[in-house]
Amino acid sequence: MELDFTNLSALVCEAGRQGVPLSQLVLEQQARQAEQEPEVLYRRMRDQYAVMAQAVCAGSEKGVRSTSGLTGGDGYRMQQAARNGGLTGPVFTGALARALAVSEWNAAMGRIVAAPTAGSCGILPAAVLTMQQERQIPERDCVMSLFTAAAVGLVIAHNATLSGAQGGCQAECGSASAMAAAALVELGGGTPAMAEQAVAIALKNTLGLVCDPVAGLVEIPCIKRNAAGVANALCAAELALAGIQSAIPADEVIQAMKRVGDAMPAALRETAEGGLATTPTGRKLFEQVFGTPGGCQGCGCNQ
Amino acid sequence: MDVFDIIGPVMIGPSSSHTAGAARIGRIARALLGERPVCARIELHGSFAKTYKGHGTDRALAGGILGMEPDDERIRDSLSIARREGLDVRFFPVHLDDAHPNTARVTLKGESGREITLQGASVGGGSIHVTQVNGMAVDVSGEHTTLIVLHRDAPGTIAAVTEELSRRGVNICNFRLARACKGGNAVMTIEVDGTVDADLNHCVEQLPNVLSSTMLLPV
Repeated sequence: MELDFTNLSALVCEAGRQGVPLSQLVLEQQARQAEQEPEVLYRRMRDQYAVMAQAVCAGSEKGVRSTSGLTGGDGYRMQQAARNGGLTGPVFTGALARALAVSEWNAAMGRIVAAPTAGSCGILPAAVLTMQQERQIPERDCVMSLFTAAAVGLVIAHNATLSGAQGGCQAECGSASAMAAAALVELGGGTPAMAEQAVAIALKNTLGLVCDPVAGLVEIPCIKRNAAGVANALCAAELALAGIQSAIPADEVIQAMKRVGDAMPAALRETAEGGLATTPTGRKLFEQVFGTPGGCQGCGCNQ
Repeated sequence: MDVFDIIGPVMIGPSSSHTAGAARIGRIARALLGERPVCARIELHGSFAKTYKGHGTDRALAGGILGMEPDDERIRDSLSIARREGLDVRFFPVHLDDAHPNTARVTLKGESGREITLQGASVGGGSIHVTQVNGMAVDVSGEHTTLIVLHRDAPGTIAAVTEELSRRGVNICNFRLARACKGGNAVMTIEVDGTVDADLNHCVEQLPNVLSSTMLLPV
């Protein structure tokens, strides 16, 4: 049977039957589909991983500022705080710092890997690079775990959406968080079935999250939602690795995510016409950046 | 879709539609001009008009016009690079009827005086649609290898172009023709399967009544 990405449970079953990690199953399937050697695709993914690592470094520098001037410097701040372990230890604080760094680098017109989108680009690199750097997981395993994450993203794209304009932030940061959770379970030595549980848990925790960017920019609240996204991924992975199960299977959570996104009003789907964008401070920041009063009066554009 | 649609593309932030897509529109305009641009007039509509400064859409468009890829780190400094390279870039927020919210209309003038106008929309995830060339309606997604052939509306011109493709065994998957007026300027947009030889473009350009031909590789 040729694999597709219509549901996660079929992938997990097949990986279980073959006794291989999800990443290996996905890499081999993709290599067959692209009519290329698996090693070629692996090297391409390693290149993406290298860009992620560069984004962490660049985004952790002291003077990072976004183009609008609204954000920057929190990746550096968090990295400094993480040096003594903070409240929760180097893995958690390090992951928060990396997520902020990549996301701020994105807002500063830095070079990033959309994973799955630019707005949610900090979550997966933060999860995987933290495992390599704080837990000494070999690079090859880390690169491979991106195939597992990608498979989760493909299943969500097939059954729901990865676009904030269609499904709200749950579709962007929620999906990235679920992808990161699956990668973390694999890097933590968990089974494909545990990865599936982690996906379900991570997505359940972000269900209904709205996309309400201040001034329509990929900054507020997106950058901190990247930090929250990796925190949620760590939570879901820890629960799944402990053997905790989601009462609702991952594929059904994805279906629910689709229905929730469809039911979400347009004002909360990347139009900057609701939520945080229309708070007094949100409107003031709009004016600060664009010099005109914020909030479009229904002309159908994105502001 | 494959895994690199999910873990990718590599791009300059902050937004695939406001920067990656905008850079692609700029690149296609530059390719269509076919020479070094000295002047760029860029009209911005909808969300592009309102947020281009905060999103860096202006820098992405200018970077594309300078030939930069969507993941080129020089995009951040493209406005000063443009000044240095003698390219005068100006931006005008406008309203365009029936246009997608992320639309730019780019008018480029080259060093020889040649001028082209291209209108394109960034439709999400870095994907784009070119909707007009020199005021004539086209439909180019950039997903296939595409030939944009500007020509005079004269009998036999289309046949000569498609004959050239046929001779090389190239399969056309989409063909569209638009003209300004009978016997006037016209444009063919031809999307083809797979890759084609680079010299195809050159051969098409030598055909009677063809003013210019531009081959765009999939973006």
